Amino acid sequence: METLKVKHIKTENQTPLRISGAEALIHCLLAEGVDLIYGYPGGAIMPVYDELYKFQDRLTHILTRHEQGAIHAAQGYARVSGRVGVAMATSGPGATNLVTGIADAQIDSTPVVCITGQVSRHLLGSDAFQETDIIGISTPVTKWNYQITKASEIPQIMARAFYIAKSGRPGPVLIDITKNAQFDELDFSYAPCKAVRSYDPLPKPDPRAIEAAAALINAAKKPYIVFGQGVILGQAEAQLKALVEKAGIPAAWTILGLSALDSNHPLNVGMVGMHGNYGPNLLTNECDLLIAIGMRFDDRVTGDLNTYAKQAKIIHFEIDPAEINKNVKVDVPVLGDARESLEILLPKIKKNRHEAWHEAFKKKYAEEFEVVIKNDLHPTKEGLTMGEVVEAINQATQSKAVIVTDVGQHQMVTCRYARFSQTKSNITSGGLGTMGFALPAAIGAKMGAMDREVVAVIGDGGYQMNIQELATIFQNQTPVKIVVLNNDHLGMVRQWQELFFERRYASTVMTNPDFVKIAEGYYLKAKRVVKRDELKASVEEMIQSKEPFFLEVKVEKEDNVFPMIPSGASVSDIRLK
Amino acid sequence: MKKQWFTISVYSENNVGLLNRISGIFLKRHINIESLNVSKSEIDGVSKFTVVVFTTKEWTRKIVAQIEKQIEVIKAFYHTDDETIYQESALFKIASRLLFDERQIQNIIKDSHAQIVTVSREFFVLAKTGRREEIDAMHDLLEPYGIMQFVRTGRIAVSKAEMRISALLKEFEHK
Repeated sequence: METLKVKHIKTENQTPLRISGAEALIHCLLAEGVDLIYGYPGGAIMPVYDELYKFQDRLTHILTRHEQGAIHAAQGYARVSGRVGVAMATSGPGATNLVTGIADAQIDSTPVVCITGQVSRHLLGSDAFQETDIIGISTPVTKWNYQITKASEIPQIMARAFYIAKSGRPGPVLIDITKNAQFDELDFSYAPCKAVRSYDPLPKPDPRAIEAAAALINAAKKPYIVFGQGVILGQAEAQLKALVEKAGIPAAWTILGLSALDSNHPLNVGMVGMHGNYGPNLLTNECDLLIAIGMRFDDRVTGDLNTYAKQAKIIHFEIDPAEINKNVKVDVPVLGDARESLEILLPKIKKNRHEAWHEAFKKKYAEEFEVVIKNDLHPTKEGLTMGEVVEAINQATQSKAVIVTDVGQHQMVTCRYARFSQTKSNITSGGLGTMGFALPAAIGAKMGAMDREVVAVIGDGGYQMNIQELATIFQNQTPVKIVVLNNDHLGMVRQWQELFFERRYASTVMTNPDFVKIAEGYYLKAKRVVKRDELKASVEEMIQSKEPFFLEVKVEKEDNVFPMIPSGASVSDIRLK
Repeated sequence: MKKQWFTISVYSENNVGLLNRISGIFLKRHINIESLNVSKSEIDGVSKFTVVVFTTKEWTRKIVAQIEKQIEVIKAFYHTDDETIYQESALFKIASRLLFDERQIQNIIKDSHAQIVTVSREFFVLAKTGRREEIDAMHDLLEPYGIMQFVRTGRIAVSKAEMRISALLKEFEHK
């Protein structure tokens, strides 16, 4: 493998640079184009922090208030920017506090590199202070992990870490570095990793599979596209749009696919899944061809597999071979990068309109509007709805904002009603459903897209799971806008208790503190809305603010999110009320 | 779908953490590893895991896909018993006096084609290589006389069909 001279290091008379492992690590990060990392110091990572101090003009370290905040911020940064997010922590509790975020990044395919300190090599296995087997703990939730015990391993392993995190189906990589490897010296040179022989990140699309897919699409009477995050990760947004328009195919999204296609696009028919739109769910069982692009048939999307799209032929565009025929048996799998596959497919597709089929979606939308959407967005009752708050944010941001959500009712409502005109704009914890994700992820999202408005919409439950990150926002004056939709309940669990557990509200009622005072305690501008006539102006004021801004909206306490597919039921059993 | 025996062969880079990764894939799905063997393979620097499971073809296919997904795994295959040549080995430690007191033991050794590895005043050791049921049969015959120690290896297997690892690695070199 060729060795590239790293530009930022002055290598006079070609002698290799003799530096410490800790300094080498910083050079690796710089060589990978990293200029921002999130983390929290501690004993076993101190040599690296000492180098961060020296390199602070080139590498910004954001001190979060908890390691979970660091990893979620790195995820938010990665999701919005398409770059690799980096989180750093010390050994023991520092490392274990990263685990939830790592699991989240694994299931949502987010490229992050985590660097953890570890006790010195000679102490490994001795139950030393703050020693924990983070390699063992993180193995099931990482795409790859490795423990560096010698300084000389650092350049090659770090190069491999970044390559693996971002290539193919992205994911989290954890590198654990013993303290002796940070202190010891090595002859440093850096070569980016271009391949790993046991790893094939980009399977080549099979031309025969694409021919078969094209034939099915051209022959279909009621074709239907469901797209996921693979479109965003594969930068296939333009190709998706071209396919939708050329073949006249209605397209629905999973929550991680949201924002890959403009919300206002006439063929964007909405969201699939448990709280998705009525038509997209019902018509899954009426289409004659289901074209799944960059999605993995999660159970929250499919409901009961035995009654999922049984009448339809299914094409699956997918980069990860392990996802093919994992949950849903498909007729034509097209393995490969979404963009590459769609580019080969497009010239083979005949123009079509399928107008009657569109009408079916429009009709279902009208039914859903009458029973659900109208009341959510334009309520006539006294209490505020989550939907009207989201609608106010849409208007104040002209649908241009990045919207970060947590997990629960507010998340479903926001994904349903937020409008997007740009890709990589919907940042949420999808697969893992991690409460506490949104506040730190919003910090990372803002830093990954400083020119864009970033609005975090969070429930009163999840907000308090990482509320300490308000200090990170204050310290860095990160101008994120935080909206807490406060219903004084763990709303989604309460909804299930109401519908499926005979209203036994076990531990879902929250006696909440004064959120405005708390925000003010962190010296943030803060406001509370309790009445409808204050809503629009307050949201407007928040969006206009150049500084971080906290807005609490007191919403109806016992509203439910509809439509809903009861857990384990068929997409055909979706309920409007 | 009906359950049957499958031999999963995994070619991998020789990596310390990989066994943990691979066993986790079985653990997560509550699929018992019936036997496991790790050794070098026909290719320098490439390890081979041989895992035996009793489950459905569907599960085996999914597990193999998850195994192949691991970065250090070069390729994984699964085969039914008909598609492989496979064996296990076992060692029996038996008190030496039984050779003289129980004449039947000599017949068992002869009939089962077992090898005598070592003999001392106190004990002798028998080695038997063969199919699981052959080893089990020999165990059952010896048991009434008293077995001091018994151990059996995991299955080792080669497939009847080719597993094209060398070609795969060559392809990579030329990329």
